[in-house]
Amino acid sequence: MRNPVRASIALLAAMLAAGFFLTAAGQGPKKYVAPKTPWGDPDLQGVWNDATSTPLQRPSNVGVGVLNDEEAEEFQKSLANDLSRDRRDGGNAADVNRAYNEHWMDARRLKITADRRTSLIVDPVDGRIPPLVTPSPERQKVQAARTAGAQRFAAGLPAHYTDMSWPVRCVVRTDVPPYLPTIYNNNFQIFQSPGYVTIAPEMIHSARIIPVDGRPHLNKGLRQWLGDTRGHWEGSTLVVETTNFRADEGVLFQGANPATFTITERFTRVAPDSVNYEFTVADPSTWTKPWTALIPWTKVDPAEQMFEYACHEDNFDIVHFLTGARAREKNGETVGQQRPAPAGGER
Amino acid sequence: MQLRSPIAYVGMAGIGALLWLASPPLSGQQRPSATPQFASTFRAQRAADGHPDLNGIWQAMVTANWDLQDHEAQPPPHPELTGAYGAGPAGQSIVEGGEIPYKPEALKKKKANFDNRLRVDVSSDKAWHDLGDPEMKCYMPGVPRATYMPFPFQIVQGTSPYVLFAYEFTSATRIVRMDWKQEAPTDAWMGWSRGRWEGDTLVVDVTGQREETWFDRAGDYHSDKLHVVERYTPVSPFHMTYEATIEDPNVFTRPWKISFPLYRRMEKNVQLLEFKCVPFTEELLFGKFNKQAAR
Repeated sequence: MRNPVRASIALLAAMLAAGFFLTAAGQGPKKYVAPKTPWGDPDLQGVWNDATSTPLQRPSNVGVGVLNDEEAEEFQKSLANDLSRDRRDGGNAADVNRAYNEHWMDARRLKITADRRTSLIVDPVDGRIPPLVTPSPERQKVQAARTAGAQRFAAGLPAHYTDMSWPVRCVVRTDVPPYLPTIYNNNFQIFQSPGYVTIAPEMIHSARIIPVDGRPHLNKGLRQWLGDTRGHWEGSTLVVETTNFRADEGVLFQGANPATFTITERFTRVAPDSVNYEFTVADPSTWTKPWTALIPWTKVDPAEQMFEYACHEDNFDIVHFLTGARAREKNGETVGQQRPAPAGGER
Repeated sequence: MQLRSPIAYVGMAGIGALLWLASPPLSGQQRPSATPQFASTFRAQRAADGHPDLNGIWQAMVTANWDLQDHEAQPPPHPELTGAYGAGPAGQSIVEGGEIPYKPEALKKKKANFDNRLRVDVSSDKAWHDLGDPEMKCYMPGVPRATYMPFPFQIVQGTSPYVLFAYEFTSATRIVRMDWKQEAPTDAWMGWSRGRWEGDTLVVDVTGQREETWFDRAGDYHSDKLHVVERYTPVSPFHMTYEATIEDPNVFTRPWKISFPLYRRMEKNVQLLEFKCVPFTEELLFGKFNKQAAR
């Protein structure tokens, strides 16, 4: 993209402050009142989809803020080109790999958000994750071990199944908060019952059952992969706090430290077919300050059902990766000296 | 897929369930009387949708996950390593009439399943699922096994046309679609569940289950023709009667039925926790493909 966008930071900040980002096309800043359940909670029930091509962080080739029509079209086209594998500019092998990924691509993943922002991050207003904190020597050690495993895996030479990421191993996937758009399976079904809001992320088939009845969190010692979640209502917004994450390295976003990571998520129905999903994460041992992103969720056509996403049960690839690595070792390949890895998926 | 009405055999089964509930314990310790445990006049509290409120955390107390049929206490797979840890409790059959009506050749397969329940070989995609109890491999358990595993599950019943069943074991879930016409689009580990109310009973028709799940650790199994009709009937504020009719013409000579009570979990602030068992089974499944010198 050649022309940097020239929207003003001040304008963006003012719009944010005014709660302007009502995501349905054509909606003005008029106050929408979400329907209520029979027991009086704002009604968030339904199947929602968070796919978008708008990146979490603003790319360096676009400016800060909101795009005009022309800029938005160009931005969307450029992002789609980067995300789409149907480009025919990389030779036959690249074409075949891209076509494979294209098959799985959620078409909604190729469109920017209706509010035409250049990043999902809204705070800091430059749309970038704040600078990282230099990790403690202990954390550097565990992160280095994790990175070495990831490098072996990326080279097609995993030594051990633990060289693969938690999503590849089907332990957790996009069900770890914060919820971020990915290549496919961007659906979330929300169920409600008195005292609970339950979110079922399509990938992987878990249910996040959120008590909204004021009960305390689990004791600190009882930790979980997806943490322990409590919610409460602030007006029509569901505010969700999650604690008690397990200590496993590499589960949380950007390798955040489970011991110091905190996350607050806010779900607000801003139109019949739209929920604003906003999250703020903080981790003084990972980022120099907290940051916030806003992702619009769009209601899925009722005819389009959420279907079971199984993962581990048929995870043939784990064996393929490991047996492939053993075969490569026999060929004398080592990390840094092997044939190039094929163009892969997003994860 | 043709969905046969289960009413014909449910009628018969209902009588069996009453007898089952009323039968005195075999231990010889007499109960005060042989009357049914639950008053038939019980009327469940209503949910927002006007139907009985099934919201809550529930758990079975039967030992059917070890064996649906009568079974004695059993040692753990490796007593030389774990002693009495992991041993299996004895239990009475939850199958109406006691026996599962296997076709003769299917009974052989069940026995082979049991013999191979602790074996695993995932070196070939085609034979990936051939050996081993799916529970040991941490697969989603399917229905009805998910109901009587020794883990709780939670029912989330709101006002949408969906009721969510969330199970603690491997964080499995299934969505029950109420009064739904569409057939299973494809097979799934937890199947395709469609619900309806018959009076105060939630009836769930389950089709489209993957053929690889088992019913228990004894090797009891089914094919992809499995059709399960479950009935959840509240009988007190703290109990439901669970009944399931199981039909699979490839494996059984006739439909058969299981039933047992479900208990509401009553601990203060009780909540469904995680039992993510994939990391528990990876070494068994994948360890032999690691680089031996690694780690």
